[in-house]
This record gives sequence, structure tokens and C-alpha cells, in this order.
Amino acid sequence: MCGVCGCGKSEVAGLGHDHVHGHDHHHDHEHDHHDHDHGHAHDHAHETAQSRIVRVERDIFEKNDRFAAANRRLFAATHTLALNLVSSPGAGKTTLLVRTLEALDGRMPLAVIEGDQQTSLDADRIKATGVPALQINTGKMCHLDAGMIADALGHVTAPVRGVLFIENVGNLVCPAGFDLGEAGKVVLVSVTEGEDKPLKYPDMFHAARLVLVTKIDLLPHLDFDVDALVGNARKVNPRADILRVSTRTGEGLDAWYAWMDARRREIEAP
Amino acid sequence: MHEMALAQSIVELVQDHAQRDAFTRTRTIRLSIGAMALVDPRALEFGFDAVSRGTVAEGARLVIERPAGTAFCMDCSGNVEVGAHGDPCPACGGYGWLLVAGDDMRVVDLEVD
Repeated sequence: MCGVCGCGKSEVAGLGHDHVHGHDHHHDHEHDHHDHDHGHAHDHAHETAQSRIVRVERDIFEKNDRFAAANRRLFAATHTLALNLVSSPGAGKTTLLVRTLEALDGRMPLAVIEGDQQTSLDADRIKATGVPALQINTGKMCHLDAGMIADALGHVTAPVRGVLFIENVGNLVCPAGFDLGEAGKVVLVSVTEGEDKPLKYPDMFHAARLVLVTKIDLLPHLDFDVDALVGNARKVNPRADILRVSTRTGEGLDAWYAWMDARRREIEAP
Repeated sequence: MHEMALAQSIVELVQDHAQRDAFTRTRTIRLSIGAMALVDPRALEFGFDAVSRGTVAEGARLVIERPAGTAFCMDCSGNVEVGAHGDPCPACGGYGWLLVAGDDMRVVDLEVD
């Protein structure tokens, strides 16, 4: 609140907070609230005789990034490729994982951390493949954070010279901002979604190291323009790799496995 | 609603400083949230009101500065201001730009007593 007259609980800087102090508190001021379109700061020093200013200058993600750095150090020590799988709900993350685990099991050590708001259904599907899996229930939270992964790594061991898959909560918004210590985010987008998804959720596609276009076996039944999707993803993220896969027919999966092998070689010989 | 988690982080930072700098009431929290940061200020304010209750940060006013996103465009070698990933470079229309600043979120300072 404004320390002098008590009006206005919070505001965005640079917006009208047009009251005059030293008057008899007629609160007929007009604010032009919440116009977020500009970025100039103003100095809103309300320091009074009793109050003082404490310098902070600390990142709001500081705690998450500390855990992420610790996770990354662990993965470096164990030569583990950690991949953070993200998508909308229903793009096929768990199905891709099951198929991938079946293909890679025996070739290298594997483990999975599953994030969902509730249930252990996904971890149960993973465990059926024989690969160690741990379910994290985030409750009301919409994303995994690095602290949750640090906790999980006390229960599921980082596979030495193998791959740790972290299946994030199905959500194309929030997980974009949280570094888990992974080598890269793998964003899945299915052909039953829209070609414009990368433009609608640019932060997530921008954060991706790999974009997997899934369910391409359905293309003959759809009016879906894969090239338009790929073009939109390139606008948002010119550097990401993009692969097209179908877990149903197996098309494109070898390229996905090869992509992971290339990332594992980077870890071995950086 | 990852803003709830961010609001919680802000409250924890304030609590940390309340011990360090010996204060019992927070009047104002000044934040710098880049225009390209992954947060919605209104949702953050809402979350902050909820999670600050009963803490030393309760009742504090959030003053949010929004520095612009700035990028280096590899297509035209220019320094440009950008609004969102997926937007073309305002100078040359290309998409090969890299964000240089404007995606960070900081607590700048606190007005306390």
C-alpha cells in the first residue's frame, strides 16, 4: 500500500497512480490500471522518516537455479544425459517414453522421473517396461521445479552413462521457465494440435533443444500442414532440431534415438 | 499458475532479508521483471497477496518495473528491441535474433521498517 494515504495495494510501475498527498483523502483518483505495454521504470520512493531501503538485487529464480546447478553437477559426474520432456496434455509423452525405453533397454542404463498433478498411472506404465521410475505428484502446481528433481534423485539413481527422462506436467506454459538441470528440453507437439502452436506458446518452443512432431501416422486423415508447423517453430526458435515421429508405425524413431546418441557423445567428449 | 511459485520465492527472499537486515514490516517490494520474462504481473500480484499472508511481507505493495526485451539480430547485426519470441526483427524482418536482456526477474530493493 501507499505508505502515506494507504490507497492502492499494488501497481505496475509507470502507470497512473495519480493521487495527491497532503490532502484530506478524497479517493476519487483515477488510475489507468494494468496497461502492461511499456517498460519504463519510475522511481517510486516512498521512504519516510521511519522506513528505510534495503538493497536486495536477487533473482527470483535463485533457489530453483541453485538446485538446477547441483543437479547438473551430478549429471556431469555420472555422465547422464537428462532430458526434460514437455508438451500439452495428450501429445504422447508417455507413449513415446514407453516405446523409447523398450527400444533402448539393455543398450544403456535408463531411468524416468514422472511429473503429474495426481496419480501414479504414468509411472506404473513406465515400470511395466522394467525401467526404474519415480512418480512426483505436484499437487496444485503446474510444473516440476529443480528442487523436486533434487529430491527425486535421492530415490531414483541417475543412470551412469545412460539417459534420465524427466516427463514434465502436461503444460506448454509454466515448465518453460524452470531449469531442472537438464541437458535440454524436448518439446512434443502432435499433428492433432494446431500448426500455430509454436506461435501461441513461443516461450516453450523457444526453450526447446528438440521439437518432436508426434502422431504423424494420422496425417492422411487430417488437414494438417506439417511444413507450416515446422516453419512456425523455426520462427520462434531457429536453432532447435526438429524431428517427425510416430510411435504407432515407428517412423522417425531411429532419428530420435540417433539424436540422443549424439547428445550422449557430447557429454562423453564435450 | 507458476506465478504462485514465484510469489513464494519473493516472500522467501523477503524473509531472508528480514533476518539479515532486522526489519519486521515490509512497505514496498520493488521488482524488475523483464518484458520477456515468463511471468504475468497481475497473476504474480494475486499470488503474492495469497502467499504473503502471515509473513513479514504481508501487506507490502509491489512496484513492478518492466525493462524492455533487447536482442542482437544476427541477420542484420543490429541491436533491437523485441516484444515476444516468434516476432520478426523490427529492423530487418528476420527471425535470427538472440535475446540479450529483458527476460530476468529480480527483487531490486525493499522499503521496510
